[in-house]
Amino acid sequence: MSRFLSVLIHGFWKDLPPFRLVLGLCPALAVTASANNGLGMGLSVTFVLIFSNLTISLLRNVIPDKVRIASYIVIIATLVVIVEMILQAYFFGLSQQLGIYIPLIVVNCIILGRAEAFASRNPVFLSAVDGLSVGLGFTLSLTLVGSIREILGAGTWFGNSLMGADFQPFAFMIRAPGAFICLGMLLGLMNAFSRWRGENVIQN
Amino acid sequence: MDLVLLAVSAIFVNNILLAQYLGNCPFCGVSKKLSTSLGMGAAVIFVATLASVFTWLVYHHVLVPLGLKYMQTLVFILIIASLVQFVEIFLKRFSKALYNALGIYLPLITTNCAVMGIALLNIKHEFGFWEMLVFAVASASGFTLAIILFASIRERLFISSVPDFMKGTAIALVTAGIMSLSFMGFSGMVN
Repeated sequence: MSRFLSVLIHGFWKDLPPFRLVLGLCPALAVTASANNGLGMGLSVTFVLIFSNLTISLLRNVIPDKVRIASYIVIIATLVVIVEMILQAYFFGLSQQLGIYIPLIVVNCIILGRAEAFASRNPVFLSAVDGLSVGLGFTLSLTLVGSIREILGAGTWFGNSLMGADFQPFAFMIRAPGAFICLGMLLGLMNAFSRWRGENVIQN
Repeated sequence: MDLVLLAVSAIFVNNILLAQYLGNCPFCGVSKKLSTSLGMGAAVIFVATLASVFTWLVYHHVLVPLGLKYMQTLVFILIIASLVQFVEIFLKRFSKALYNALGIYLPLITTNCAVMGIALLNIKHEFGFWEMLVFAVASASGFTLAIILFASIRERLFISSVPDFMKGTAIALVTAGIMSLSFMGFSGMVN
């Protein structure tokens, strides 16, 4: 039971992507100009992550070791095609906004990373829970970055005006440089917080 | 003339790394030394160009006639993965010198979103063959330019006194942000 709990919560702080587990930076920078896009991207990744972990864990004794990466990529790509079609059918606006970053989930290192580090050597249920945990952690991070950038850069949150009519939007934040600097500062703050808690900080 | 504009725009204005955010994992991971980023950059130019040609041909001559556009993602990643494998075997057999220079970067490229991203952008912008070729070479060169500039800055960063909590990836991202800001200055050049 304690193993189940530790797998369930590790994605929210210990292995929180993209801050603690520095993988998947591209979507974290590219689609976080608004909170809505960040949330949509996070949930898409979560969907792929849960089912890729589940499938890979089911097949972990079948896939030969030498071709495992190729097999993982095929499984992940199939799931991404499914996500693409679901988004186009039911969330057309979001799928236009996210554009090429949806097919690019295929090369998101978090998914391949979890497949290799967790799903290939753990039972099916735990692997699915790991996918859920890391995926929701990623969704939270992306929504956080998206919220900060949208509130400062456009004065809105999920499209609702927050700052009143006098607010001068800080347009820098929704452009490319704002993405890099916002993510860098957040990463620094999280490092500072974990130092303060006396954890070991992984230097990379 | 249009092709020249396209190239300038892909290298400077819409730099694949600093304006389109593709290829950040190698950007932060490999760019600690100038020599390794040169190797990575050269490998990306090589593979991205080949991958663009193959994916473009397959998309327009196989997927579109058969009405299989929705298979794009799956087909592209398989083409890129097998291409990387093929290039590795080919170089090992026929050009030892090039293999020694690029060899270790090739496996990393399969999961480099810049390569896949360029292939997808070729389709999204509905480029013809020559436009696609120019765009692929120029975008990959833009990636190489950014990663080389960044590695040079990082070599200096390594010996300067950065606050402890900002060390590593955090300061790297802030630096990339400032570089991205300076690249925005090019945006007046091409409309």
